[in-house]
Amino acid sequence: MTRARALKSLMIAFAVFGFLCLAPGAPTSVAQSTIDVPLEDVTKEHRAKALFKILRCLVCQNQSIDDSNADLARDLRVLVRQRIAAGDSDEQAVGYIVDRYGDWVLLEPPFKRATLILWLGPLAILILAVGGIALRFRRRTVEVPVAPVPLDADESRRLAELLDDTDTKDGPG
Amino acid sequence: MRLGYAIPVVVFFALAVALYVGLGLKPRDIPSALIDKPVPTFDLAAVKGRDMGLKTADLNNGEVALVNVFASWCGPCRVEHPLWMDVQAAGKVPLHGINYKDDPDNAAKWLDRFGDPYTRTGADRNGRVGIDWGVYGVPETFVIDRQGRIRYKHVGVMTRDILDGRILPLVRQLQEQKQ
Repeated sequence: MTRARALKSLMIAFAVFGFLCLAPGAPTSVAQSTIDVPLEDVTKEHRAKALFKILRCLVCQNQSIDDSNADLARDLRVLVRQRIAAGDSDEQAVGYIVDRYGDWVLLEPPFKRATLILWLGPLAILILAVGGIALRFRRRTVEVPVAPVPLDADESRRLAELLDDTDTKDGPG
Repeated sequence: MRLGYAIPVVVFFALAVALYVGLGLKPRDIPSALIDKPVPTFDLAAVKGRDMGLKTADLNNGEVALVNVFASWCGPCRVEHPLWMDVQAAGKVPLHGINYKDDPDNAAKWLDRFGDPYTRTGADRNGRVGIDWGVYGVPETFVIDRQGRIRYKHVGVMTRDILDGRILPLVRQLQEQKQ
């Protein structure tokens, strides 16, 4: 009786052991490439997370892959984690994605010749606007203090006549 | 001074025209980072029931080729499918298929039911090869030159206009070039 029970529990133990060995084995081989699980190394996971936030989801376009539920975003998260786990620096991991999808995959466009207008355009417009306004105000202040042109002899005489004044030599003042 | 008052009006119209043109652009058309680059290194087994898989060397054999990324779950792929049957029937250029993130049975059934236009197929089960090709929306179509470089990429459903107006002329032009 006890022997049969022992045998039974042994069989159960084997069954459970076998199940633990085999069952998770099958899903993890798929999981490695399709399900995003955080990295065990906390600092690496933090780095990967930071990169998720700067990478664009190409399907939803205005979301980062951190926010997006799209399939491709998940695949890219998995990929970034793999690169980081494999010892890539942040730049290398991002570079790997940029090589395949171009600068567009970065939510913040890099500063280079093709993006000069994008980065410097607003500044140029600001300078033009401020410059234009400044020019305008300077012109106006120049116009105001212009001294009146002295009257010529003819005008002075007329003025004197009108004012009925005898002191006409100095002109108005 | 008079002219000065016209500036805001001119600026407004310039902006209005620029923004109006912008409305017509498709934000989905992302310029590929892979144009003029060699095809990625990959090696895929054939879709279930077919025997010729697809790998880098198959696209680097001195032949101009088309590569179409498709999936049985992708509606637009069904729409463009008859065009690929035509291309295959015309026999002017080999057409290869990358089956993107598809169930093997569904992919096989899809090809059996509607027809298989592909010379070679590669089953990209987990989408990793798709990422190497910069795929972000199925269907996508690539033109590969004799040296195995990607020369053109079309994202989204293929139309008769684009096929006859852009893809096939480019194929002919590339075929005329000497090795």
